[in-house]
Amino acid sequence: MEHFLEQVLNGFQLGLMYALIALGYTMVYGVVQLINFAHGDVFMVGAFLGYFGFAVWGLPLPLAILLAMASCALLGVIIERIAYRPLRYAPKIAALISAIGVSLFLEYFSSLKFVFGPNYRVVPRPFPEIQWKIAGLTVTNIQVIVFVVVLIMLILLQILIYRTKTGMAMRTVAVDHNAARLMGVNVDTTISITFAIGSAFAALGGVLYAIAYPQIHPFMGIMPGLKAFTAAVLGGIGIIPGAVLGALIMGQVETLTSAYISSQMRDAIAFAILILVLLFRPTGLLGRTETEKV
Amino acid sequence: MHRKVWIALIVALLSVTLIMTGCGNQGNTSSGEKVIKIGFIAPLTGDVKTFGESAQKGFDLALEQAGYKAGDFKIEPVKADDRNDATEAVNVATKLITQDGVKAIVGSLTSLTTIPISKFANDNKVVLITGTATSPKVTVDDGKRKEYVFRACFIDPTQGTVAAKFALEELKLKTAAILYDQGNDYTIGLANNFKEAFTAGGGKILAMEAYAKNDTDFSAVLTNIAEKNPDILYLPDYYQKVSLIGKQARDKGIKAVFIGGDGWDSTDLDYKTMEGGYFTNHYSAQDPRPEVQNWVKQYKEKYGQEPDAFATLTYDATRLLLNAIETANSDDPAKIKEALQNTKDFSIVSGEKVSFDENGNPIKPVTILKIEGGKQKYVTSIKPN
Repeated sequence: MEHFLEQVLNGFQLGLMYALIALGYTMVYGVVQLINFAHGDVFMVGAFLGYFGFAVWGLPLPLAILLAMASCALLGVIIERIAYRPLRYAPKIAALISAIGVSLFLEYFSSLKFVFGPNYRVVPRPFPEIQWKIAGLTVTNIQVIVFVVVLIMLILLQILIYRTKTGMAMRTVAVDHNAARLMGVNVDTTISITFAIGSAFAALGGVLYAIAYPQIHPFMGIMPGLKAFTAAVLGGIGIIPGAVLGALIMGQVETLTSAYISSQMRDAIAFAILILVLLFRPTGLLGRTETEKV
Repeated sequence: MHRKVWIALIVALLSVTLIMTGCGNQGNTSSGEKVIKIGFIAPLTGDVKTFGESAQKGFDLALEQAGYKAGDFKIEPVKADDRNDATEAVNVATKLITQDGVKAIVGSLTSLTTIPISKFANDNKVVLITGTATSPKVTVDDGKRKEYVFRACFIDPTQGTVAAKFALEELKLKTAAILYDQGNDYTIGLANNFKEAFTAGGGKILAMEAYAKNDTDFSAVLTNIAEKNPDILYLPDYYQKVSLIGKQARDKGIKAVFIGGDGWDSTDLDYKTMEGGYFTNHYSAQDPRPEVQNWVKQYKEKYGQEPDAFATLTYDATRLLLNAIETANSDDPAKIKEALQNTKDFSIVSGEKVSFDENGNPIKPVTILKIEGGKQKYVTSIKPN
């Protein structure tokens, strides 16, 4: 039993990691109905900038995280301006392909020697790791930090979207661009803000990920990005709490599969779930067909 | 109109220059000396770049000591970076063979990249000798020998077998868990052969788990392994991955002795985490044999550091190749291949009196090293049988 709970805790940590990425993914989708494949790579850029901040330039950790978030917010806005805005009213497939292009560009551009370089880097722990033994389970301070951050992000996003003017503008844009414009909403600015926030959250996730799994490289965003995307679809893409729910389920499925079935089956089962959800419940666990996006 | 004429002129001029430089590169140089081009492929960037950098130093030093000459031939090296990516390796091998016209290639380093290029080199009848790719599939494909392919290192079965033998007989450990990369022939080979030899010698494998190349979270399988409490955790992967797994294993309270293969041999290995671990390797700078001590001295003089196994084996591979070119005294790959296969009692740093078996593999002892006090320590050399 204790062993099982330990595995559930492992799965919970992994799920929270996916949630960090899935939140930004799903928010951007909710507003612009675009699957931003570059999200995982913005996450990677965030991890690198955070690493440079606290490990190379010697900044205090909070400042390094803020720097990474601000830079990635800017990066997100630039990506949207250059790669997505010109295609906003083109068929959806065009924007999707553009997103894949941005993703590949970020990966290979980051691999260049004068950018981040193609090598693996070991990330030093910015604070000592503390382990607590609670009822036979091992809990680390990193797990607690990640849990708190995901909770805060979730609450902030909910407040932003349902309690602020900007959030109202986002919800309006999500329903209909033209109607939103007629109501006096600046569509371009609203979408830019959406990308800025989503990318800043990706950067935060990247830095925390690099602290929890202390190794970074330019292709580190691909797998977590795909898994987070699966999580977002599972929970109902565009629905904020759905992303967290989906991510936690993914974390459990992966961990319990490797623990009790076979470590070779893990990714196969994780992605089989994506296919099954798309076939039988395309709107996700929390989605309803006519639901209001975001 | 004028512009078109200009463009035509420039194109014509450029083509003439290209053709002329092209001619200059073939066969004889102006001094009448014969030239043979040798390719060098290694991961100079990417996840195992420290391997590639070391190998390049070994290659350079071997050529330098030979005065860039073998027999009547002047050696012209052409280098390429494969980033430890199988597709990229084939791309650069294609470039070396079809555009640069190399007659022989030294490289690449890992089995992952060397297996595809060995096939390509063999099909194009270009000699390939790798210093460090240990998978049997490098020289043999479906039971058929790739005649033009050789290596200067032992193969995976030997490494896994010797590691199991050492664990059972010298360390007296009886149970083991294995973690390996399911997408990499090198780690699969070591894992399977360790398992086979360990079981055959009376040991017990408690768990054998796989992961994918880009995995970073091993908590689920490690929690399982921690519960089974094995004496050994066999980690036959490269330094960056075993460092990550080792760290998480200790976090999960696994106290087993870590044992691994030659992929650990890097200055970037997390020595603090892997403390007390053992790994099989091709050579140790602490080996008292005079050939070894001589080589270490020369390398230190040039580069200011101790040579690792990658530098040493690539140095050995390059010397074996130069010796064969000299013996054949020809730039015909078929003749070089013949001379290489007939190498007799040629002493290299990683072994005395080396000759090749029918599969292009040298037969020589395996070195066991221990991670102690943040350094590698020579333990013993074990002959496989």
